[in-house]
Amino acid sequence: MTGIENLLLEHQQEELTNRELGFWLYLMTDAIIFALLFATYVVMFSNTAGGTEPAQLFDLSHVGWETTCLLLSSTSFGLAWLAVQADKRQTAVLWLVVTCLLGVSFLGLEIKEFVDLINQQATPQRSGYLSAFFTLVATHGLHVSIGLLGILVMIGQLIMEGRTAPVISRLFRLGLFWHFLDIIWIGIFSVVYLPVFIR
Amino acid sequence: MTLLGRLSLEALPFYSWVAMGGAVVTLLAVLLPVLFLSYKRLWPWLWREWLTSVDHKKIGVMYIVLALAMLVRGFIDAIMMRAQQAIALNNEGYLPPEHFEQIFTSHGTIMIFFMAMPFLTGLINIIVPLQIGARDVAFPFLNSVSLWLTAAGAGLVATSLVIGRFSTAGWTGYPPYSGIQYSPGVGVDYWIWALMVSGVGSTLTGINFIVTILRCRAPGMTLMKMPLFVWTTLCTSLLIAFAFPALTVVAAMLGLDRTLGMHFFTNELGGNMMNFANLLWIWGHPEVYILILPAFGIYSEVTATFARKPLFGYRSLVYATAVIALLSFTVWLHHFFTMGSSASVNAVFGIATMVIAVPTGVKIFDWLFTLFRGQITFHPALLFTIGFIVTFVIGGMTGVLLAIPPVDYQMHNTTFLVAHFHNMLIPGALFGYLAGMQYWFPKAFGFTLNQRWGKWIFWLWTIGFYLAFMPLYLVGLLGMPRRLEQYTTPEWQPYLIVAFIGACFVLAGLCAIFIQLWVSVREREQNRDTTGDPWDGRTLEWYTSSPPAPYNFASIPKGDERDAFWQMKQTRMAYRFTQPSSIILPANTGMGVLLGVSGGILGFAMVWHIWWLALLALISIIALVVVRSSREERVSIYQPELIQSLEKPWQTSLAQAGLIGDGDPI
Amino acid sequence: MARLFIRSLTSAPLLHLYGLMMLCGLVVLSGCSLQSSPLLYPKGPVASTERELMLFAIAIMLTVLIPVWGLTLWCCRRYRKGGKGEYRPDWCSSTLVECGVWGGPLIIILLIGYLVVVYTFRLDPYKPLTVHSTDTTPFPVQAVALDWKWLFIYPELGIATVNELVFPQSRPLALEITSDTVMTSFMIPALGGQIYAMAGMTTHLNLIADQPGTFTGRNTQFSGTGFPQMYFSAKALPDKAFEDWLGTVRNASSMLNSAHYHQLARPNKSYAPVEYFSSVDTDLFNHILARYSAPSTALANGAL
Repeated sequence: MTGIENLLLEHQQEELTNRELGFWLYLMTDAIIFALLFATYVVMFSNTAGGTEPAQLFDLSHVGWETTCLLLSSTSFGLAWLAVQADKRQTAVLWLVVTCLLGVSFLGLEIKEFVDLINQQATPQRSGYLSAFFTLVATHGLHVSIGLLGILVMIGQLIMEGRTAPVISRLFRLGLFWHFLDIIWIGIFSVVYLPVFIR
Repeated sequence: MTLLGRLSLEALPFYSWVAMGGAVVTLLAVLLPVLFLSYKRLWPWLWREWLTSVDHKKIGVMYIVLALAMLVRGFIDAIMMRAQQAIALNNEGYLPPEHFEQIFTSHGTIMIFFMAMPFLTGLINIIVPLQIGARDVAFPFLNSVSLWLTAAGAGLVATSLVIGRFSTAGWTGYPPYSGIQYSPGVGVDYWIWALMVSGVGSTLTGINFIVTILRCRAPGMTLMKMPLFVWTTLCTSLLIAFAFPALTVVAAMLGLDRTLGMHFFTNELGGNMMNFANLLWIWGHPEVYILILPAFGIYSEVTATFARKPLFGYRSLVYATAVIALLSFTVWLHHFFTMGSSASVNAVFGIATMVIAVPTGVKIFDWLFTLFRGQITFHPALLFTIGFIVTFVIGGMTGVLLAIPPVDYQMHNTTFLVAHFHNMLIPGALFGYLAGMQYWFPKAFGFTLNQRWGKWIFWLWTIGFYLAFMPLYLVGLLGMPRRLEQYTTPEWQPYLIVAFIGACFVLAGLCAIFIQLWVSVREREQNRDTTGDPWDGRTLEWYTSSPPAPYNFASIPKGDERDAFWQMKQTRMAYRFTQPSSIILPANTGMGVLLGVSGGILGFAMVWHIWWLALLALISIIALVVVRSSREERVSIYQPELIQSLEKPWQTSLAQAGLIGDGDPI
Repeated sequence: MARLFIRSLTSAPLLHLYGLMMLCGLVVLSGCSLQSSPLLYPKGPVASTERELMLFAIAIMLTVLIPVWGLTLWCCRRYRKGGKGEYRPDWCSSTLVECGVWGGPLIIILLIGYLVVVYTFRLDPYKPLTVHSTDTTPFPVQAVALDWKWLFIYPELGIATVNELVFPQSRPLALEITSDTVMTSFMIPALGGQIYAMAGMTTHLNLIADQPGTFTGRNTQFSGTGFPQMYFSAKALPDKAFEDWLGTVRNASSMLNSAHYHQLARPNKSYAPVEYFSSVDTDLFNHILARYSAPSTALANGAL
């Protein structure tokens, strides 16, 4: 029955290659979502309606820590990927756990930022500008949460199933997603936070 | 905060007879099939063979069933509006404003999202994998998920007839009217969630078919050898993938405004309604081409087949399609020339819009030159194509008129505009889908549709269209705005009465569709398509049995010529079969249905603010996705012996038809 | 019988029925006169130019449409199975024809595109208009969309009217438009095109009437239950008649102050009757704007 097994393997290989192309396309649709959220943010920038101005909202060191966490988590994901390539399953799991912790810290910092803002009456209901700010940043945060869920699932799969072709392919796609979120964050940093600090 | 959120007994439609009537009809339309299936004990069969199927052909058929059901629903809305406007001169007519508003909103929403989109997706599903010589789409499971998310969206719109009310803000849902301040009920929320749930399904379909077409083509089939329907599907899929995210964003923002009290589009506190118009039409204009490009593909296939000639100017047609797809993203502002943009902005977008008329004109001429020097048989599918060419150019002309900003200032928001876009979408898109149905039905079901009734459908729809919409052009020139529940201008009424008569013709045409199905099913034995090639076809979908086996082709055909099957027949290379080898197909799964149901429940819970239910539905969706990704994919394997026995009847018929000799190897 | 009917359609395809349809169209046209069309029989230079532009574009495009119709019918007749035309099963390309099919539409679109550039600037609704013979200044009117009626404020005269827009025919009309409700669209089709009215924003529309008369104006953008009632009459009066009308308004007893405005802004169920206000708070229009576009909270809470 090796014929059938070969066929199954071939089928699986083709499937996984298709999925990679499909995933790139998905990322593209997601990029469009973010592009439109960015555009909306820029359009709404001056619509503060007498509420808190952007200049009064942000704290440089806080954003700095968020950025550090997220960029480091991308690095640790890269290390996990290298470990998987080198057939070191334990190391890979370890780096994924580190990624997870960094991601959770990022989320924690973001939630703290939101809570602080809301305590200062800078709620998303206050003005069009704040609606756009919260929606853009929280959409990214939501993506990070989904990514974290994915990382947890991948840790489970690495432990349970080991380095099978589907697991490696999924890890690769999750990696794309995670790095994509980094790029989006750099966008957020440059469009949302940086102009305020420069001024 | 209560357990059922905003949901209470007041949501039931006891407040008026019209609402009650709508609810009863909806319930009957659901209950009768359910009872019939239960009585015949068909549920296990339905579940096993259809609902859980990941076979692109069955998914396609289910899409079209949904589309036809929604066509009926959307048409009932249409004829109710026509009847109201025909009588509502200086009186209230028979529909109170609230109902009239719900009806024009649901008519547009249903026809675009739950009639046209499923219809074209269904045709694409059935045909594209066959035309490119593939065994299935790239992601069969995702395909099933898309179907059930679309169905969930349609289900939400249908639910709004029974529980609560639908939006009154028109299918475009412009704020601030659609905001919580001016539309406090659940209607707009139904609209938002129906769009978001089905929009995710559409996006996945787009991705699915891009990958399918780019990666699963038969050996030898380079891009420039693909049938034109495949090209238009590729362009449509790209448009879906690029444009639908905008719809998701704009619907989500409106939802945030309404549910969380944000200020994206409100009048107060820095909201910006103009941003809504921009975002909506960044999706909305490409959407028009999403709907019409596949129809262009169908016309191309039908013209070539029934003129018995290759398409004239294949390359031109491909480039024209691609140019249309590209330009469709550059014209959105023409939907609101009257918003007060500067003359230079309006002029740029006006010219960009008119430029689209060039590739479209090229297409028209290319189809005509395909007919030229052909040998034409007037199959109903070709009648639809000719009716399309003759009628569509009128819509093209009025489209160019509307693209001239100063003319648009006069025509915008009038029934002239309504007539224009119906002129594009009925003879443009819907005629194409109906032509596709007439043309490809035997491939899906193994017997041809009754052609006499097919011709009746064509003539009734065509006459109905002219009678219903030419008066709307004229009454638009008389200055009648769209969405008018009653009026005081007596000059308008004669036109509106003629339009109502037109709607009655279309009603007859709609009935004819179902009569044709019924007659054809009754006479199916006489009209069997035993060879799989009833129209002397040109492309690969005709090079397999009707209906095809689950794996489509026992051995994958070669696609190294344009009109590959026609060339094979010319060179007598067709029907030469080799020994088949094993084939792997994905196994059926109920997860698509479960995801669709969860999506529908999520939408319903969000509409009514039943937070715990929304959370449950969300958890269920996440759990399903995680389980799906963690489990080994189940497949079914077709052994050579099984394939041979499945292919036997077709090959016997081919031998009987003299297409293969007895001595040919099987 | 039915079969015979169908067969006759397929043998001499389409010709008869399309003839019939054209005939039907003509009957419809003659039966219901289009002479009341404000677009086809405009009463002002803006609308007249818009009509000319439309008719000219139609004429240009008919040079494509008529050949398309002719070619379709001719091909269907000549190349039907059993027809006179010669069947050439492999003929599918011709450089000459290709050039024609790309070039033809392109030339037409270039032509219309040129018209678009010229006329979009010439008919820009924001462009102030002048009457040729005189150097009269435009007559300013501020229009406010309410649920579901139009309020007109005449800043030059300090008066206001509801659902009636009256102006001296000798002067161009310069409208400033906003909304104190949802987005609506202001249009007097006999004089020229429409423009949206949006809360917190001002849009502009400049019109001229070239003869005295009463024209219908309306909101064309669906705005809720009372949308069908949201129309008004626009009256262009000769100077003398205008002065008389002004006298009537000045004699009206009601004045439009903040309290009265709030009452007026409430949604009306049936058609809001014409109302005259002999005086009006000169800043009313700006106050209505400021309710939505206020940069500070003080204003957002409403000076009104």
